[in-house]
Amino acid sequence: MTEPVVVARGVRKRFGSIEALRDITLDVQAGEVVCLLGPSGSGKSTFLRAINHLERISGGYLLVNGHLVGYRMKGNKLYETSVDETCARRAEIGMVFQNFNLFPHMTVLGNVVEAPQRVLKLKRETAIERATALLDRVGLSDKLESYPRQLSGGQQQRVAIARALAMEPRLMLFDEPTSALDPELVAEVLNVMTDLARDGMTMIVVTHEIGFALEVADRVVFMDEGIVVEEGSPEEVLSNPMHERTRSFLSRVL
Amino acid sequence: MSSFGSPRDSERGEPDSSLLDSGIDLADLEVAPTRHFSRWVWSFAALVLVAMGANLLITNEQFQWDVVAEYLFSPVILRGVRLTLVLTVASMAIGISLGIVLAVMRTSNASLLRAVSSAYLWFFRGTPLLVQLIFWFNLGALLPELSLGIPFGPSFMSWETNSVISPLMAALLGLGLNEAAYMAEVVRAGLLSVDEGQVEAAQALGMKPTLTLRRIVMPQAMRVIIPPTGSRTIQMLKTSSLVSVLALPELLHSAQVVYSRTFQTIPLLVVASIWYLFFTTVLSAIQRRIEAHYARGSSRHVVDTTPRWKRSLGRFSILKPSSSNQAEVDDD
Repeated sequence: MTEPVVVARGVRKRFGSIEALRDITLDVQAGEVVCLLGPSGSGKSTFLRAINHLERISGGYLLVNGHLVGYRMKGNKLYETSVDETCARRAEIGMVFQNFNLFPHMTVLGNVVEAPQRVLKLKRETAIERATALLDRVGLSDKLESYPRQLSGGQQQRVAIARALAMEPRLMLFDEPTSALDPELVAEVLNVMTDLARDGMTMIVVTHEIGFALEVADRVVFMDEGIVVEEGSPEEVLSNPMHERTRSFLSRVL
Repeated sequence: MSSFGSPRDSERGEPDSSLLDSGIDLADLEVAPTRHFSRWVWSFAALVLVAMGANLLITNEQFQWDVVAEYLFSPVILRGVRLTLVLTVASMAIGISLGIVLAVMRTSNASLLRAVSSAYLWFFRGTPLLVQLIFWFNLGALLPELSLGIPFGPSFMSWETNSVISPLMAALLGLGLNEAAYMAEVVRAGLLSVDEGQVEAAQALGMKPTLTLRRIVMPQAMRVIIPPTGSRTIQMLKTSSLVSVLALPELLHSAQVVYSRTFQTIPLLVVASIWYLFFTTVLSAIQRRIEAHYARGSSRHVVDTTPRWKRSLGRFSILKPSSSNQAEVDDD
């Protein structure tokens, strides 16, 4: 069996006196789609952001693609690595945000070309070629020259997905990708994500879309108060939850 | 005055609703135009003051308009104009570059850098510019020698301060370093206006901090930074007259040199004022253009970028019939 894409062992995160993450242990295999569910404040977004070092961790061990992200181990301590090293690791991890965070001063094409050209140092023509193909794949080939503000939320989020994919990541992180969308725009984003999952992308998705989790996820992880309460196949966790906390959460969102 | 709503009715004797039975055709009622009596009074008062001012300009011979005309384009004044423009551009260049550095320091996570930046602002905004200018001019009294070398270690080169700090150098240091303190606040406001999510998105794509600042944060911050920078440039054009105390022949000092010789003080001050007004007007027009340009990107609404004077021409229908969409913009 190949090495897991993400290995988390006892990951902890403290914000002042609040323990956002307490001992998270989780492996994600290549090609696996894992949905993180849980009430707000349960630590699922914090864990997702810790994976690409947008959030520093307070302790524990977190490997992505066989490397620590943002840390170097020396003895039994973790030391923060140089900014350059952290950036190189992050470039291998795609991330999609709740609020899209597209660059408003750049066109759709500019958004997708930027990082491949300036971080991966691709030739501009190559980057444009790649971007055009990806935007076609998310159904936005007619919006290349539009600015983000001229697009609907669903279109913006599809651009954001294309922007992340343009770095050819081996792992995609989704932080509540449909939470900021009008209900009728959710499906177009979930469809793109479903296609991506079918193509074998390794994905960790923080979401409230139970339907998506049931249909697409290989595994569902239910978190509460900074710990993994329960994990298993979507059918197990969503249809037949073992824990009271999972049950009460599901009864509220379903 | 027993119950609310009724006092008016009782003063008038009859409630307005009694008209319903009066037999007047109520659908034919028209609204009389509102009379703005006090507006007329104040306008008239203002007009009188303007007329008095105009009368003074024309009839008071002390203005010596012929002398104004004689010196307006004289070489000595034009040289002053040129130096004023050079001082404005150079001081703003120093102010903006150093201001960006100070603003980045101020938003940094390193508390020492933040403190140094704050102390700089505290000092340069807390003392008068005139004092700073004179201070730089007299730097030689404090440090007789300037040298380049390792801090607290050996020095490689050194110069006599008084030969380095010419009046021009003192003026540039004074104006530029002072401006940097104000520009730092302008730039910082711009940096803070950019959503944190923008930085996170850039980081998640593996972009390094300098690349993020240059490609993502700065271009967006510019929208907030440019309008006050324009105002500060206009301010700098006028403030540069302070360096006349260093006997630097900029516009005001050039005028002073002439009138100290000819005693035509008022006409030469008028000459200087005309030039200041000319350049502040030009700069204001440019600034309006730039602001309109940046406003265009920031909203989905159509912004009318027609200069104001053209728009007001449009109000006189004989000159130019005003189009319906212009009227809409004016209504906004």
